[in-house]
Amino acid sequence: MSNSNNLPDNLRYTTSHEWIKKETDGTITVGITQHAQELLGDMVFVENPAVGRQLKAKEECAVVESVKAAADIYAPVTGVVVGVNSELGDAPEKINEDPYSAWMFKMKPDNAADVDALMDAAAYQTLVDSEAH
Amino acid sequence: MTLEQTPLNAAHRAMGAKMVDFGGWDMPLHYGSQLDEHHQVRCDAGMFDVSHMRVVDMRGEGVRDFLRYLLANNVDKLQSSGKALYSCLLRPDGGVIDDLIVYFMDEMWFRIVVNAGTADKDIAWMIEQATIRAPQLQITSRNDLAMIAVQGPNAAAKLWQALPEAQKLAEGLKPFNAVECNSMFIARTGYTGEDGFEIILPAKAAPSFWQTLNDAGVKPIGLGARDTLRLEAGMNLYGHDMDETINPLEAGLAWTVDLVSERDFIGKTALVTKPKTRKLVGLVLQDRGVLRDHQVVHSNHGAGEITSGSFSPTLNQSIALARIPSAVQIGDIVQVAIRDKMLAAKVVKYPFVRNGKGLI
Repeated sequence: MSNSNNLPDNLRYTTSHEWIKKETDGTITVGITQHAQELLGDMVFVENPAVGRQLKAKEECAVVESVKAAADIYAPVTGVVVGVNSELGDAPEKINEDPYSAWMFKMKPDNAADVDALMDAAAYQTLVDSEAH
Repeated sequence: MTLEQTPLNAAHRAMGAKMVDFGGWDMPLHYGSQLDEHHQVRCDAGMFDVSHMRVVDMRGEGVRDFLRYLLANNVDKLQSSGKALYSCLLRPDGGVIDDLIVYFMDEMWFRIVVNAGTADKDIAWMIEQATIRAPQLQITSRNDLAMIAVQGPNAAAKLWQALPEAQKLAEGLKPFNAVECNSMFIARTGYTGEDGFEIILPAKAAPSFWQTLNDAGVKPIGLGARDTLRLEAGMNLYGHDMDETINPLEAGLAWTVDLVSERDFIGKTALVTKPKTRKLVGLVLQDRGVLRDHQVVHSNHGAGEITSGSFSPTLNQSIALARIPSAVQIGDIVQVAIRDKMLAAKVVKYPFVRNGKGLI
């Protein structure tokens, strides 16, 4: 039932199960992976960081809550928040329906190279597989 | 450690369940969506594998007398065969060893259903007490039985479809009554706030009965939805809303404790003499977010704690049970510490939902 072997190749990933998309304007878009939404189950609440907030890499900056549990979301890199997906406020279930479309927030990284240093799809797949055992 | 399995373990896996370690039992959390399963029970009918719970048969001369002393509720309320009573099993200091349902079958036989995680200590306690007061009793742990709950507004109609021979015997059952039907024990009880039944049957008969219910359109429901359903229904969960350190008067269970009659029972002296400073209330979060177990509740009369918190799929907002200072009143607004914020919650009477309808 898992789709996690169909990880998008164009994204980067973190060990804390965020996905990161590099946009052409130098910003990044951040969401949570299929694997993460499957673990958490039905989403009922999303709390995003304020636009303009400065974040350090691996800083707790957002929360998703499912019926089952709350999970912290971490900044994948150091930078500033430049946008949030306010649609999720009324429809957190979009994360369950399509986690790679239901983005959470956008950042402008201080250093673009930090993004390239994150895991690619193959490395993240290895991580997910290792957690399954 | 190997997890214990119910007779329906293979059936859960075949139905695509996400299995979890639930107090040492390998149990279904959900079969796809906890929210869908919750609504299924509120709007139609669902079935739960509750075979991890333990049936204890108590037989022999004087069993009623023994239970009058063992249980905080009064089994003298049980006068017709099949009648059930919810009760706490208390320590001498008033702490709750477990909560249970006791069925009166005849003067030589009472049947008790206890929680899974507490079953072994409950039975040890029962035997210890019986050794002193009623050594003639036989106390039998029925590990040969399974239990399936069928719950929801259409539970009865679908149960008759799956088990036609039970209709005549069981359709007239009032809530908190049970009847035997061949090898099955059918009780009109549940943990959801909906109409429904809990059916105790031989373990080896459970898989085919589960399949028959499924064929009748009763969908499988996991432990995730079981918890949100019982919370909406305002029903206590042992280990969360009460435990051995909490007495029933501070757990919203005064209605199950008989302090009026002359009857003595284990824990009575402690309940009568100990001051009661806290009470269990309902909370409805006024802001967005989700109340969770152990969050601290701040009021003008002091602090308290959430004992069961979750998201209510029926009300579409977060609700909780919380133990707070007795002076806090229904309708008051309290503050709940959620991560780095204080969020407002309204103190309400529970249940929150009954028979599919919100009461808040």
